[in-house]
Formats: sequence, C-alpha cells, structure tokens
Amino acid sequence: MTAPTTPPRTTTPGALALADDALILAQRLGEWAGHAPVLEEDVALANIALDLLGQARVLYSLLGDEDELAYLREERAFRNTQLVEQPNGDFAHTIARQLYFSTYQHLLHTQLATAELPEATTPAGTTALEIQALATKAAKETAYHREHAELWTLRLGDGTTESHDRMQRAVDTLWRHTGELFQDLEGIQLDLPTLESDWHSSISQILHRATLTVPDGPRSGAWTAGAGRQGIHTEPFGRMLAEMQHLHRSHPGASW
Amino acid sequence: MATATVDHAGAFDTAVAADERIEPRDWMPDAYRATLVRQIAQHAHSEIIGMQPEANWITRAPSLRRKAILMAKVQDEAGHGLYLYSAAETLGTSRDDLLDKLHTGRQKYSSIFNYPTLTWADVGAIGWLVDGAAITNQVPLCRCSYGPYARAMVRICKEESFHQRQGYESLLALSRGTPAQHDMAQDAVNRWWWPSLMMFGPPDDESAHSAQSMAWKIKRHSNDDLRQRFVDIAVPQAESLGLTLPDPDLVWNESRGHYDFGPIDWTEFQQVLKGNGPCNDQRITQRRTAHDEGAWVREAAAAHAAKHRSSTTPGEETA
Repeated sequence: MTAPTTPPRTTTPGALALADDALILAQRLGEWAGHAPVLEEDVALANIALDLLGQARVLYSLLGDEDELAYLREERAFRNTQLVEQPNGDFAHTIARQLYFSTYQHLLHTQLATAELPEATTPAGTTALEIQALATKAAKETAYHREHAELWTLRLGDGTTESHDRMQRAVDTLWRHTGELFQDLEGIQLDLPTLESDWHSSISQILHRATLTVPDGPRSGAWTAGAGRQGIHTEPFGRMLAEMQHLHRSHPGASW
Repeated sequence: MATATVDHAGAFDTAVAADERIEPRDWMPDAYRATLVRQIAQHAHSEIIGMQPEANWITRAPSLRRKAILMAKVQDEAGHGLYLYSAAETLGTSRDDLLDKLHTGRQKYSSIFNYPTLTWADVGAIGWLVDGAAITNQVPLCRCSYGPYARAMVRICKEESFHQRQGYESLLALSRGTPAQHDMAQDAVNRWWWPSLMMFGPPDDESAHSAQSMAWKIKRHSNDDLRQRFVDIAVPQAESLGLTLPDPDLVWNESRGHYDFGPIDWTEFQQVLKGNGPCNDQRITQRRTAHDEGAWVREAAAAHAAKHRSSTTPGEETA
C-alpha cells in the first residue's frame, strides 16, 4: 500500500468538499448523455449523475444557496478532488474514475451513516446530523454506483485484449489522483486510515479479478501541488466551469 | 394452407373489430406487422435521436434544479427508446437490426429533432410544444390494436405529460423573468411552433399510410384532426404563458368551434425528411459515432459473458 506523499496543508469544509465532488462528477457524467456505447449505459450514467446531483444539492443547502455555490464561485474556490474533474476520456477511463470514486464514496457514506454523533445541541451538531441523514440515503445509492463500476471493470478488464489494455491504461492514468481522497475534511468525523485501507483492498481485489495489475505509482505528489481539496485544480477544470456557469452568469440575478 | 390463412385473417379482423388486442403470438397480416415495425421503430429512433437536442443543454442548465429535471428527462427518453425497441422485437425484428437501419438512413425518426437548440429557452419550448404534440399523437396509441405497443405507450405517456408540464413551467419562469429571459422564450416559441405542427405528418390527402392504419386501429385519428386538436390546446396555453404564436392567420373560428391557422410550409417539411434539415447530418453522425466508438465496449461485454459462462457452467452449452 502506498501512503499519500503530500500531506494536506489545511483542512477543507467537509460538506463543501463532498458537495463539490458530487456536483463536478455529475457534470462530467452529464456529458455522456446520448454518447454511451449502449442505451442501457445512457440510462445508467444519467441515473448515477442524478443521484450525485441530488447529493450535491442537499449538501449545498446546508451551506447556503445551491446556485450561488455552484455557479458563482471560481475555480480556486472549488474543493472537489482532482479525480472527479478528470475528463471522461473513453468508456474505460470513465469507468476507472467511477470505480475509484464510487468505492471511496460508498465506504465514506457507510462510515458516516453508522457513526455515533454528538447531540444536536450546537449548529455543528445539527449539521453533522443532517450530513448523517444524507449519508444514509447516499450509502444506498453509492452501493449501486460501486456495483455498476465493478461490473464494468470486470467486463472490460476480463473482456477482449483491446478492452483489457484500455482498462489498464485508465486505472494507471487516474491512480495519481486517488491519494487526495483521504485528506481530512473539516467538520466530518472519519476514520481515514480504515477508509483508505478498505478502499485499497477493495480496489486491489476487483482489479485482480478483472485480470488487471494494481498500479504501483504514487497516489499523490508534487504534481498535485496541494490538490483539489485546497482549490488547486487541473487545467481542464476551468473550461468545464466556464461551460457550466456561462448561462447563469450571463443573467445576473435572474431566476430560472 | 389457404383455408387456414383465411380463418386466421377472419379471426384477426374480428379481433380488431371487437377492439381486442393483438398479441405477439397471434396471427397477423404481413403488412400489419411491417407497418407496426416501421412505426414503432421510427418512434424508438425518435426517442433516441431526441435525446441530442436536449442533452445539448445538460452541462449548461442555468440552475441545479433545472439541470436535474433535464437529466431525468433525457434519461427517461433513453428508457422510452428501450421499451419501444422491446415492443418492436416482439414482432420478430431485433434492436441491432433496427439501430443499423437508423444509422444507415433506411428508417426515419421524427423530423422535429433536426432543428437545433440554440438557447436555454429551446429546452422549455421543446417540453411544452414538442412533447405536447407528441402526447396528442400518442395518447390515442394507448388504445392501439397491438398490445405490446399500446402498453408501452401507457407508460410513456405518463412520463411525457410530466415532461410537458415541466417544459411549460420552465417557459413560464422565463416569460415572467427579466426582459432578456422573456425575449429568449418568445424567440424559442417562434422557432419551434411550425416544426411542432409538422410533427403530425402530411395533410390527410397526402398521407400514404393513414387509411390502412386507421382500418387496423393502429391509428385512431387522422393527422389533420390531431394537428387541429393540438392547436386548440396550445393557443390558450400560449396566452397564459404571455407569449405569442408566430402565425398572423391564427384566429378563433366560431362556426367550426376551432382555431383556424395559417398554411404549413410543406416544402420545408419535405426537405427536412429528405435529410436537408439544419441538423440531420449532425444527429445521425453523433448517433453513429457513439455506436462505433462503443463497439469495443459491447465486444468486451460479450467476450466477458462468454468466458464467464464457459468457466463457471461448463455443461451449459450442451444443455
């Protein structure tokens, strides 16, 4: 197991980080609509995107106005991981991103859903309870997302030579963005070492079953320069936000 | 053999006359089967191609609520395509074959989806007008003589009317919004009104399949009747939206009890059908590209399934 080589610099407001992860991945999956390899996948990817968008909206509503948060922040204010903002690439690339992220998200929400929480006597306590309510619902949704990604990882990894090679390339390419999933999130109590080791053993298992090699490169490093949780993103992200926010920003104050 | 055919035909005619449903294993005339395959396939293709003009705005939807509504709608359309391909398959064709016919231009889809979505308001106008026209066409199909098609339409119509209300509500928000939003809504209605009227197909005296389809109770009303019904519903809705319809001849006719409306540009309709509309090439190219680029994924799934079958249940193939 490879530990992240770059420790987090500051903690990030947890609800915002989780909301941004969900929104940005939903946005990426939304780009697939009408382009999927089979109709069933048009349905499945849209369905996952909708679940994620729903999670993002609940979390944003704990923090303020959902549209202000989604449409009026610039790149440096977003706290999503770099993993979720990665371009879709081919179907294998999208599936590898889903596998890494859904496994993380499912383990995370399962932890949050079953955690013992302090009484809701403080605003922080109230937020924790609301996040737990969301996590209980999200744990069910992400179990499905995880299964979907695992099944496709098996099909592609253990399918044809071409699909095997594409899937291996995808898991290798995205590996460097997986370390940042396990950074501290302010206001969210998580057992990060357990989360990380469960994630690693689950991913290793599924990749082995899919006849794929577990990547051995570092899972974060100098190239991430602090990573998405600190508002440091990759180049494609700015263009993605420009597309997402353009219309909203063109009509200040309008309602839709 | 000849006697048996006559008996079958008699039973079929009796069942249709009695408003009974024809089911996949029932005998049916070859031409009835062919007409249904053509119509259901075209309907399925329209759902699939129809995802494109709306999906064009998913990444740019101006609020998270609207983004969620639009994603759900496009997802429903893929689902409708799946129901309809299944209904067509009960007639002895296959989804692969139908998709191939779509990709090679041997089967058509609704002409409306060859128009571009140029602004966000187009998404609302499609919901209100295009889905509205589709519902007017499709509600009678819930009573179509072919059972699997009729049952698919019951499910589809429920979801379509939900989409149509959402489209109306989206346009209403624009119409009552800022002046720029109002103009955007009006412009979209101006561009989508006539193409929506064309969705009902050619006038009755030029409709090749109508008479036979009505005799078989596949169709229940003529193109012109449905078009009139749609106009009568849409005019008061436009008024309550605070938007105008781009037809100077549109006027209530007391003696007919219907709205009169201006002439449709059938030359444009024919051009769009022939492949010369604004987006025909783009729509088919995107569809073909998605299919071609997905080939390795489908091959992988098939190869995996084959391996998995032979490795876990070795005796299955001889069973």
